Amino acid sequence: MTDLTRFSADALSRKLASKEVSAVEVTRAHLDRIDAVDGAINAFLHVNTDEALRVAAEVDSARAGAEPLHPLAGVPIAVKDLIVTRGQPTTAGSKILEGWQSPYDATVVSRLRAARMPLLGKTNLDEFAMGSSTEHSAYGPTRNPWDLDRIPGGSGGGSAAAVAAFEAPLALGTDTGGSIRQPGAVTGTVGVKPTYGGVSRYGAIAMASSLDQIGPVSRTVLDSALLHEVIGGHDPRDSTSLTDPVGALVEAARRGEVEGMRIGVITELQGEGYQAGVLTRFQEALELLRAAGAEIVEVSCPNFRYALGAYYLIMPSEVSSNLAKYDGVRFGLRVVPDGAPTIERVMGATRAAGFGDEVKRRIILGTYALSAGYYDAYYGSAQQVRTLIQRDFAAAFEQADVLISPTAPTTAFKLGEKLGDPLAMYLNDVATIPANLAGVPGLSVPGGLADEDGLPVGIQFLAPARQDARLYRVGAVLEALLEESWGGPLLSRAPEITQIAGGK
Amino acid sequence: MTAGTDEVLSFDEAMEKYDPVLGFEVHVELNTRTKMFSSAPNAFGDVPNTNVTPVDLGLPGVLPVVNGVAVESAIKIGLALNCSIAEKCYFARKNYFYPDTPKNFQTSQFEDPIAYDGSIDIELADGTVFTVEIERAHMEEDAGKLTHMGGSTGRIQGAEYSLVDYNRAGVPLIEIVTKPIEGAGARAPELAKAYVAAIREIVKNLGVSDARMERGNVRCDANVSLRPHGREQFGTRTETKNVNSLRAVEHAVRYEIQRHAAVLDSGTPILQETRHWHEDTRSTTSGRPKSDADDYRYFPEPDLVPVVTDEAWIEALRASLPEPPAERRKRLQADWGYSDAEFRDVVNAGVMTSIEDTVAAGVGAVAARKWWMGEISRRAKLADVEPSELGVTPELVVELQGLIDSGKINDKLSRDVLDGVLAGEGTPAEVVEQRGLAVVSDDGPLLDAIDGALAAQPDVADKIRGGKIQAVGAIVGGVMKATRGQADAGRVRELILQRLGVEG
Repeated sequence: MTDLTRFSADALSRKLASKEVSAVEVTRAHLDRIDAVDGAINAFLHVNTDEALRVAAEVDSARAGAEPLHPLAGVPIAVKDLIVTRGQPTTAGSKILEGWQSPYDATVVSRLRAARMPLLGKTNLDEFAMGSSTEHSAYGPTRNPWDLDRIPGGSGGGSAAAVAAFEAPLALGTDTGGSIRQPGAVTGTVGVKPTYGGVSRYGAIAMASSLDQIGPVSRTVLDSALLHEVIGGHDPRDSTSLTDPVGALVEAARRGEVEGMRIGVITELQGEGYQAGVLTRFQEALELLRAAGAEIVEVSCPNFRYALGAYYLIMPSEVSSNLAKYDGVRFGLRVVPDGAPTIERVMGATRAAGFGDEVKRRIILGTYALSAGYYDAYYGSAQQVRTLIQRDFAAAFEQADVLISPTAPTTAFKLGEKLGDPLAMYLNDVATIPANLAGVPGLSVPGGLADEDGLPVGIQFLAPARQDARLYRVGAVLEALLEESWGGPLLSRAPEITQIAGGK
Repeated sequence: MTAGTDEVLSFDEAMEKYDPVLGFEVHVELNTRTKMFSSAPNAFGDVPNTNVTPVDLGLPGVLPVVNGVAVESAIKIGLALNCSIAEKCYFARKNYFYPDTPKNFQTSQFEDPIAYDGSIDIELADGTVFTVEIERAHMEEDAGKLTHMGGSTGRIQGAEYSLVDYNRAGVPLIEIVTKPIEGAGARAPELAKAYVAAIREIVKNLGVSDARMERGNVRCDANVSLRPHGREQFGTRTETKNVNSLRAVEHAVRYEIQRHAAVLDSGTPILQETRHWHEDTRSTTSGRPKSDADDYRYFPEPDLVPVVTDEAWIEALRASLPEPPAERRKRLQADWGYSDAEFRDVVNAGVMTSIEDTVAAGVGAVAARKWWMGEISRRAKLADVEPSELGVTPELVVELQGLIDSGKINDKLSRDVLDGVLAGEGTPAEVVEQRGLAVVSDDGPLLDAIDGALAAQPDVADKIRGGKIQAVGAIVGGVMKATRGQADAGRVRELILQRLGVEG
């Protein structure tokens, strides 16, 4: 039998609908693949074997009984371990939540269950989604399927690596400053950050509430659109959730059209700091799009250079407040120190033992930025920069229908390479952060391999808020053009993990 | 901790030397069906930790949703306090670690309260009117309830452990803050009590709160400072927390004035701090130091969107407001023609509404007052309930008074009828029938009784014949006794005089 893990979610959906394969076979194939390769990749923190197979079996019997089923029913999916699930642990990659089980499902998880998609398990991440390499997970780093000595990006390295390593056809990620798109770029997969409010955040453990957004991770643009339509749409449990309908995203991905589309190249997101191989692939992408009938225009977003600074004030400020609830009183880890354990000392000891260094660094930064006497200078001015960035986007979208940039300035770096230098680590998100600050949607598609290291490069598209469909339209075109030039999907050129794993 | 060890000056001496300035923060718990930001029931007295959802426990991933009814209640309170209503206002996070606060921040309002710049007129017992300026009224959530076990003081210091009940966590609160109240002089304690009573009355009249102080529905923090007469600058203030009865508010303000005066007299500065009120010793003790720079690291709540009000909504709410209590009282007193003293007694006895209903049901204002202030209040006192809780309806009073007016029964008999009705023997008419309580109006039996009484007291009969008409009372008494009160005393008197041939 052909390897079922190699198919896209769309292809699996069709095979399931025609009863060529069963949901149990599809789910079993992915569970077997996890068994075979995840020892080397460490994409999963929890594998949900029994429940996934039970749901798959239910789908098969429903199909046998000719019950109406969602197109993705029986197509398995992995869930970033920042999103709460009943019946499985949710750790947020942190020791402070080790062993904790949520009594409720995130809205997106309820929607996956309603579509009857088997949940394969929970994927690894930087602790509380804070990082760009998944090295800040309390449960060990995830490795990049292209090179096991390299990072899979972060914070959603687990979801991206699981999809890249064919352990899952689909995954959910969360994107606060690039945590879906940057891992997508460095693993040769597709990742989408929807418009802020487009997907309910209820049940996504908050890192920075005004920036967080759940989105799809997949190997094809169409697959992301399919998943986006399942999880998107209004949720009364999330006050920031948009009331608009989710839109015809699948149709946009299927129709793929750039003729006459104005694509804006952002002056500030290229050049210095970007790896040569990344820029080469980026220029090739522009040429392909131009040849396909798009109009390439240059747009300037002068305030983008302040985006990283503003982000590293707003995000930690919200982090310092959002993470206050982890205190050992109601749930999760509780450390009772020796001596007279007052409530303050229990809270202090719990947080000291439960949080990793990066989390502590951001809590301290945010606490400082919000302090009396510093608020205006730090949080206040960062919010003003945020407004300027939104204006830059508004002006850019006057000239262009979508914007384009490299997703990340470099290809995947080596594990440990930037751990000692937080600032160098933060620079990975320089191209992805502006979208979060403005609430606009972004999509990263594989752009090929960099000449100098043979590692994946990502191309990012950005669209105005609520215009997510445009991303799928242009993303599908570039994907098709590139795959035509490569003679197949980029991931077909990735090494076989069982061969490179060696002693790992 | 020993309470009440502080030196105090006599109140009169304090007033000779100093001028008090007051300020109040009154927290009103709303009686909405559900909590401020969750769907958990808002109910008092239930089994601990049963009225909670994941939101109220601050579990990972949860998000708040604003209770629309609570917002309407807040606007109503604002309008009743003659405040301006913000066109757009925000929620903010007040960050501090405490185990009764599940998220370790309280969702409140900071720079943009929903209502601001109001005032209310407070009428003191002698009719003097003080205008109290309202700074703001803002929306927030209540904390859970801590019970400290094993210590001697019931406070967290010295406790072995503490129990937390989150049923109250998230209950909607409106905090009403006054501007500094100057010029009350020696009336300050009385004004303090009257102000809190007025707030309680207003929110109860609006129907937005149960307004039961003993349940903590209305809680007062009283700020007091003193300055020498003639000085404009305020003295240092103290804030006496959670003074939860009207009498306690009066006493606490009085005590703090006396204590401040003694401290100032000794040449020591007042420490800016919170104070705890002790009902048993009627004194305060030191709480925690409170500086204006307490750093709660407020910032806009990113999980909630702004509350936007529009003119039409506000005007509709304004139109729906009940008549303000003070205006209602003025109107009713004028309608009923009661003296100031009579009306004050009616208000203090808590029977104003009962009289209003009784008058509306057809009984004259004088008779209605006689019923509610007399027989019904007397019985309520014996039963230790409010007069309105005795089970006497306005309709019942109408029937009783009707029986009296028609001469069927007299005042004395009406009490027996009421006994019968309250004992469940039926309607007043039925009780009169069954108990045989009708006034003896047939002159025959009366004349027999009169003759008997005259024969029993021949000396009195002679006196009357001799012109000492006032002696007739003794004979009337004898007749009433003989008829067991069922005679019409007026008719008896007439008949006696007739019988004796004397002109009344």
